[in-house]
Amino acid sequence: MPEWLIIGLLIVAKLGLIFMVLLTLAAYLVLAERKILGRMQLRPGPNRVGPFGLMQPLADVIKLLTKEDFIPARADKWLFILAPGLAAVTALLTFAVVPFGPPLTLFGHQVPLVVCDLNIGVLFFLGLSSLAVYGMTLGGWASNSKYSLMGAIRGLSQLISYELSMGLALVPVVMLARSFSLTDIVMAQADVPFALVNPLAFLIFLISAVAESKRIPFDLPEAENELVGGFHTEYSGMRFGLFFVGEYINLIILGSMLTVFFLGGWMGPFLPGVVWFSIKVLFVCFFFIWVRGTMPRLRYDQLMHFGWKILLPLSLLNVLLTGALLLWRQG
Amino acid sequence: MLENYLPILVLVGIAFAFAVAVVILSRLVGPNKPNDIKLAPYECGMPLLSSARDRFSIKFYIVAVTFIVFDIEVAFLYPWAVVFKQLGWYGAVTMGIFLFVLIVGFVYEWKKGALEWE
Repeated sequence: MPEWLIIGLLIVAKLGLIFMVLLTLAAYLVLAERKILGRMQLRPGPNRVGPFGLMQPLADVIKLLTKEDFIPARADKWLFILAPGLAAVTALLTFAVVPFGPPLTLFGHQVPLVVCDLNIGVLFFLGLSSLAVYGMTLGGWASNSKYSLMGAIRGLSQLISYELSMGLALVPVVMLARSFSLTDIVMAQADVPFALVNPLAFLIFLISAVAESKRIPFDLPEAENELVGGFHTEYSGMRFGLFFVGEYINLIILGSMLTVFFLGGWMGPFLPGVVWFSIKVLFVCFFFIWVRGTMPRLRYDQLMHFGWKILLPLSLLNVLLTGALLLWRQG
Repeated sequence: MLENYLPILVLVGIAFAFAVAVVILSRLVGPNKPNDIKLAPYECGMPLLSSARDRFSIKFYIVAVTFIVFDIEVAFLYPWAVVFKQLGWYGAVTMGIFLFVLIVGFVYEWKKGALEWE
């Protein structure tokens, strides 16, 4: 076989596999969340469909597929159609730069365990997370319902506010790793994960990640009991499903990013890299669910105060401190 | 260099096809019986009270404007962070001056009450 064909086939095989794994993982993350939340509230959670409710995701997909899918009469039709797709596609795309294991040797070929190791991986991640805001905002605006609009505007302000601290928390990481490539960033953590080198940046990134995932305590864009779902109030059927899938894939992405940037990626003793990576990502996802089971929702003014008056100055200070410390140690 | 982005292009294709396919599938499988009430915006079971194309708080605009300033600053910080060690103290002091100017603006905004939500 010619060289380019092998490379092409490897790319397609890898992409297909990653795509399936991501979707399955997202579906089972929903089940895991419902189960864990159930247990935290002293109830069993879904347990009717299949053993331990393990077929629940499948049942959910069938239900969403057979629901009526309509476009409200006052909605901006094309934006309404575009928005959920945008939310799902941007979430799926971000995984392209996540290295989930050390390079593998297959049939004498070096196969890096990442869709493509961009030399601007960090920027790619931040750019797509900015684009993901559009899915939510356009969806809420195009619905032409006041609940959706409120959810969308709130969400927009929240996401862009916390994106700043998230971006600033990554500056120390780039300083330490001296590269934008996510693989290089993991390599730079061979000895000590950056969470221990720069715990403040880790903490800021963690909080911003929870805010970016629009989850409790930062779930104001969809606050069920006042906005009845927020930006996706008017969505039904599989369009709602796409928002939902996007949200849970986003959760996996944020878990992966936390792992890559701060928890040493695939690095770890004894077990293979992919296993370590999965353990870390699933643990972070569990942590997100745990937070949801524990925290109350913030008020909107508290949310904005926290983002602008505490997190942003703190992350700026962290950049300056890290820079000064690095130079001081260098002499 | 550009061929690095080929897998991403393929992934865009797959993700997009997936999104289109599930929506079309649900159109085919699900029922489709629209009526006026169903197509009206949600209003907790009441007739529509007011349009969604209404005014909303100016504070959201202020957040957006402030965001742009800081986002550009963050974008400026990134290339600096990569070559941080090569630049040494010279780079650090230069960026310090840039950040100082920005922080002065931020403090002004804070004192003016642009960040208050009460």
